[in-house]
Amino acid sequence: MTRVVRVAAGQGFWGDWLEAPVRQVKGGPIDYLMMDYLAEVTMSILQKQRSRDPGAGYARDFVPAMERILPEIVAKGIRVTSNAGGVNPRGCADAVLDAARRLGLGGRIRVGLVSGDDILDRLDDLLARGHELRDLDTGRPLSDIRDRIRSANAYLGMAPVVEALRGGANIVITGRVTDTGLTLGPLVHELGWRADDWDRIAAGTVAGHIIECGAQSSGGNLLKDWRRVRGLERVGFPIVEAAEDGSFIVTKHPGTGGVVNLASVTEQLVYEMGDPRSYITPDGIADFTTIRLAPAGKDRVSVSGIRGAPRTGMLKVSIAYFYGYKAVGTLVYAWPDAHAKAKEADRVLRARLTDLGLEFEQILTEFVGADATHGRLAGPPDADAPEVQLRVGVRARERAPVERFTRELAPLVLTGPPSVTGFAGGRPQVEEIVAYWPALVDRREIEPTVRVEILAA
Amino acid sequence: MSREKPGGRRAKAGSGRAADRPVPVQLRWLAHARSGDKGNTANVGLIALEPELYPLLARAVTAARVARHFRGMVSRVERFELPNLRALNFLLHDALDGGGTISLKTDAQGKVYSTALLRLEIPVPPAVARRFRPRASRR
Repeated sequence: MTRVVRVAAGQGFWGDWLEAPVRQVKGGPIDYLMMDYLAEVTMSILQKQRSRDPGAGYARDFVPAMERILPEIVAKGIRVTSNAGGVNPRGCADAVLDAARRLGLGGRIRVGLVSGDDILDRLDDLLARGHELRDLDTGRPLSDIRDRIRSANAYLGMAPVVEALRGGANIVITGRVTDTGLTLGPLVHELGWRADDWDRIAAGTVAGHIIECGAQSSGGNLLKDWRRVRGLERVGFPIVEAAEDGSFIVTKHPGTGGVVNLASVTEQLVYEMGDPRSYITPDGIADFTTIRLAPAGKDRVSVSGIRGAPRTGMLKVSIAYFYGYKAVGTLVYAWPDAHAKAKEADRVLRARLTDLGLEFEQILTEFVGADATHGRLAGPPDADAPEVQLRVGVRARERAPVERFTRELAPLVLTGPPSVTGFAGGRPQVEEIVAYWPALVDRREIEPTVRVEILAA
Repeated sequence: MSREKPGGRRAKAGSGRAADRPVPVQLRWLAHARSGDKGNTANVGLIALEPELYPLLARAVTAARVARHFRGMVSRVERFELPNLRALNFLLHDALDGGGTISLKTDAQGKVYSTALLRLEIPVPPAVARRFRPRASRR
């Protein structure tokens, strides 16, 4: 039988189901547990936490999750790859090593610590040497926001993950390593793929993309025949069984809920997709138009035929910067004429904001139950709707107008249209907006400073 | 409900008897979909429910048609084809009020633009309409 490497998804984002990693480890054979925590905005949230507490800045969920499974992964020889380190991978590694010691497993855990993605302290140097770090979407130069930057991280690929595994790490903790690199790394390490074998690199990247959002490829958020998806209360997270030639099976543990089929895998493949012929990662480029899917038994889909192209000379950089303030408030209006009442309340509110001379970059009104998600495509409002939620958001560069807005909602209860309720939550909170600035940087600036350390308890 | 008129102007008239004339069917009966975001752009992957429906989708659900569907909600639409997955991928630019943390929208990350696209009606041959559109549904 051909040798396969099993990589199981344990988390698809920070906030995902806490039981999933435990079930992946206990529910059947796996070789690797892949724990993805970082979305585009997560790094800035973590940076904010670290600025208040130097020991923070990583996905804290990861440590108790590891504590629950450490005995099992040691006993079974399962290895873990995770970008839970956020902007403080060393703090995260230390916390995991502490947990291992508490469990008496100190001698059995070797943490591979990957750093060097954090380039916040190097930005001025990079700018001074002509790297413009323009916004990939708008083309604006970084100098526009230089004084407001909160975090800056280059997306690293699978290479440091492979290096950590080669060094004997059984838990690899990284900062901003790509979601796909956490799956590709184990495959390259175990199957002996060359880093310039572009088809295999592309195949491992697609495997990573399929499982990086957890159960979203195994029945969660599945639109096709959603009523027929059974057992989501104990949904099985996806597992990739990869072979040396780059083909792989997507599956889940027996006895778990959800479903792995052509529909579930295809929906995940098109998720957050740009140009399908050119899915660019630090490790190479995958051509999604070459993917061949085929059913391979109950809850098994085979994936093959994937072609790739060489990696580019650039790495993506994720920069978070202070943008301004926002607040969102809601009130609920009841039948009859719920929508009309909510609409009148919105008019009154806006007139009061204008009378106060408040200036906003944006005021956005949605009527939940009528048009909040589909806008005018939802058609004319239903005059008989049992209730409609008025949802108003404001955004400004200054805090003061947003603060004042949060005090203008409650008065509507006694000074606006009738049949209003749902204000028990109190005033809306003013939120600081930390926005995302994607850019590119020459990989030669980053790769020499990436560090891999092996830490033992 | 889409505001496009049933039997709309896109239907190829003059193709013979009335019984052969294309019938408008909402995409929800012909495809499934998932959407996500990249900055201020939403993407919608539209996947044919059956392999034989893919050519129909590829012909009728053009970038221009989708741009008209979402007029006033997005600035520009790009389309990519994935015949291997029987899917089309649409990029809806400037769809998310700034996107990410800036957006004030309920759907700041474009998660349900997918089903908004499924409201679109396209003309299909009567036999296809009979097979895929539930009898109870008029649209």
